[in-house]
Amino acid sequence: MKKENSCCSTPCCDATESLEPSAHPNRNTDFPWVLEEMDTPIGKIPKIKTQTEFADTLGAIAVRLGINRSNYRINPGLYAVGNPNDLSPVLVTANYKLTFDSLRKELSKQNLWILVLDTKGINVWCAAGKGTFSTDELIKRINLVQLKNVISHKTIILPQLGAPGVAAHEVSKHTGLKVSYGPVYARDLPRFLNNELKATTDMRKVHFTLKNRLTVIPVELKVVLKVLPILFTLLFIFNLISPGEINFSRVFLQSANNLIPYAISIALGTLGIAALLPYIPFRSFAAKGLLLGLAWAALAVRYHGTFNFPENTLIVAANILFLTSITSFSALNFTGSTTYTSISGVQKEMLYTIPLIAVATLLGLGLVITYKIMLFTG
Amino acid sequence: MGLVYLKDVTTLTLHPEKCIGCELCTQVCPHLVFTMENKKARIANKEACMECGACATNCPAAAISVHSGVG
Ligand code: SF4
Ligand code: SF4
Repeated sequence: MKKENSCCSTPCCDATESLEPSAHPNRNTDFPWVLEEMDTPIGKIPKIKTQTEFADTLGAIAVRLGINRSNYRINPGLYAVGNPNDLSPVLVTANYKLTFDSLRKELSKQNLWILVLDTKGINVWCAAGKGTFSTDELIKRINLVQLKNVISHKTIILPQLGAPGVAAHEVSKHTGLKVSYGPVYARDLPRFLNNELKATTDMRKVHFTLKNRLTVIPVELKVVLKVLPILFTLLFIFNLISPGEINFSRVFLQSANNLIPYAISIALGTLGIAALLPYIPFRSFAAKGLLLGLAWAALAVRYHGTFNFPENTLIVAANILFLTSITSFSALNFTGSTTYTSISGVQKEMLYTIPLIAVATLLGLGLVITYKIMLFTG
Repeated sequence: MGLVYLKDVTTLTLHPEKCIGCELCTQVCPHLVFTMENKKARIANKEACMECGACATNCPAAAISVHSGVG
């Protein structure tokens, strides 16, 4: 069954390009994170570094900012950390470079195996939702690398966030291996490994910290950058339609100025919501957005002239309607990036909110048109 | 910080009569929705459910159902 989690607008949810070293496709040591090769019953496998380097950090920043989305896949297969033997634990992970990095940097002083699944360069959580971190891929990869020739025990450790994609009992049935779900966060792995593979309750819970919330901002901003030119064009057309002589550069400047409160309302619906999430009242995202939007609209119309809007009640009312609609919609859109909203909840919110936003927008347009007609008829 | 989403929306249902007490649902749920009581799973914190589907996918007794998204 293919499922879609609500995380699909986060950066790591888009498939990334493959990292194939073109010159020596078979030389593992060409990868900067590979320390050396290790002989095993299944042949040479790469032993990896548990320290991330400057280049990794730089690359991570680039990916977050959406600059370099390519080259962020790790080759699927078996890797070694330290000096593992047939009794060493096996950790399963995704082939997204950032996931791989955050895992290996927690593994210094460990001796274990890492089985990297082909998740098309997507992180564990999103891949589990999209069906690439899956029962089938896991079984296939276990067989492909001949895992059972490397280990003599029967346990493989999966990240807990991979659970939506993998049916543990199916894996046992087909491979004879037992799935043990590890902690949500890689940083808890050393504790988990020392605790006889038992996760404590605090290792089981997913968080949505300020840092998590802010990492999705670059993607949200990208959307904003796409919307702004459209809004500008609309404002420009609106300002062009006026009686009397048309001065293009004046209209251009006026529209640019008009755009400012709109840009801010979008920013509030994304950045504002992300940063202030726990502090804004209401559980509903649309309501949170409405609240922020109203507060901003009140301020914006108070300084109507500064943003170069005509001092007219119709326009003031239209701006309030538009600005709050935009913030509310952006906030609703942000549910796609959270780690705690359910699809049923989002659908319920949309059912209430989308018609309201549509009505508010139409009403606003009506006011604007009335204003223009009044201008022309004097 | 306990962020909670809307009340009474999740489609999560548990059929206790099918439960064999394996505890897997308590291990996979990222929002600690389940607890064990008398060797059976119980939904302890229903409104925290985000419908990720991990519990239903991993329940060997098919005792859990949840509508986990479109597609
Ligand atoms: S996973 Fe299923 S069988 Fe196991 S405890 Fe939970 S409900 Fe019961
Ligand atoms: S669907 Fe996900 S969040 Fe909801 S109870 Fe199951 S595991 Fe927990």
